[in-house]
Amino acid sequence: MLNYIWGFIIIISILCSIFTGNIEHLSSSILSGASDAITLIITMAGMMGLWTGLMKIADKGGITYILSKLFRPILKRLFKDYPENSMAIRYICMNITANILGLGNAATPMGISAMKEMNKTNKNPKSANNSMIMFVVMNTASIQLIPTTMSILRQKYSSIAPFDVLPAIWISSAIALITGIILAKIFEK
Amino acid sequence: MNTFSFYIVPCTIGLIIIFGLCKKVPLFDTFIIGAKEGLYSTFSIAPSLIGLIVAVSMFKSSGALDIITSFFSPMVNFFGFPKEVIPLMLLRPVSGSGSLALVDSIFKSCGPDSFAGRVASVMMGSTETTFYAIAIYFGSVGIKNTRHTIPVALTADFTSFIMSVLIVRLLFT
Repeated sequence: MLNYIWGFIIIISILCSIFTGNIEHLSSSILSGASDAITLIITMAGMMGLWTGLMKIADKGGITYILSKLFRPILKRLFKDYPENSMAIRYICMNITANILGLGNAATPMGISAMKEMNKTNKNPKSANNSMIMFVVMNTASIQLIPTTMSILRQKYSSIAPFDVLPAIWISSAIALITGIILAKIFEK
Repeated sequence: MNTFSFYIVPCTIGLIIIFGLCKKVPLFDTFIIGAKEGLYSTFSIAPSLIGLIVAVSMFKSSGALDIITSFFSPMVNFFGFPKEVIPLMLLRPVSGSGSLALVDSIFKSCGPDSFAGRVASVMMGSTETTFYAIAIYFGSVGIKNTRHTIPVALTADFTSFIMSVLIVRLLFT
């Protein structure tokens, strides 16, 4: 999908700039755009490295495992197709916890394991069951406690308080997540 | 609110270090491993960022962005979205690097603490790359029929877009 969107954006831009007579601006924006991308990466890299390094310490200390046990009683209610002590529920809890902590690299493999476990007892292995849909919907919502990339980017453009949007982000994500969960429940049959 | 937010980072770091000490984690060695992973994943998005930031800045400077924006302006006025975030709402569910490129350009032209800058921050922070998650998880087990996943996930995304505007207006003005 992105292949077409990307090509489309570029073609439209060129055509549009010819019609509006903006070709001069367009030409300079190509040059600056390419170097902006690298500037962005370089300014983000330091903080990203620091953060993932720190989170690795927390992860190695077993924080994902400890927290995922706490979430299990709540999460099992959303995934009624699977018993509380099944591997599926364990992987689901580990994945959700890793997502909350922002451990993207750890969350994805655990999520894939959760999907594989869930599909083992799926009646029709080509079609998603209710629990799988609930799980994927929860993964398409953002439940990350500290959106690192966002905060670093705000810092880069010298925001007076890069983290002051955090409460707004938490409220907005929580409402979106609850909406997703309720809708997924409504469509279950 | 502001003083509270200054405590978040130092306290989080302190807690992580204390937790690591209690659990007898080799602190610095583990830090190095994690930092290496983080650097690798940051630099691995460089190629797509080059492509997407160039496309976004072309789109902006050609005047095409203004045309798209005015096309969606009835919706914008109805929900009170700042016009700068319209392309972000369209691209967010499809591409993570693409929306990062858009947020970068909004920050550059309006500033991170402007109304549009804050709304963009909250939108970006409270949503995920929906189609990527759907593709990776259902793809991993070969499921073709995703039933109601996509409509539900997209409605949740749109909910957080509307919430972003409402909450930023409530908390910051």
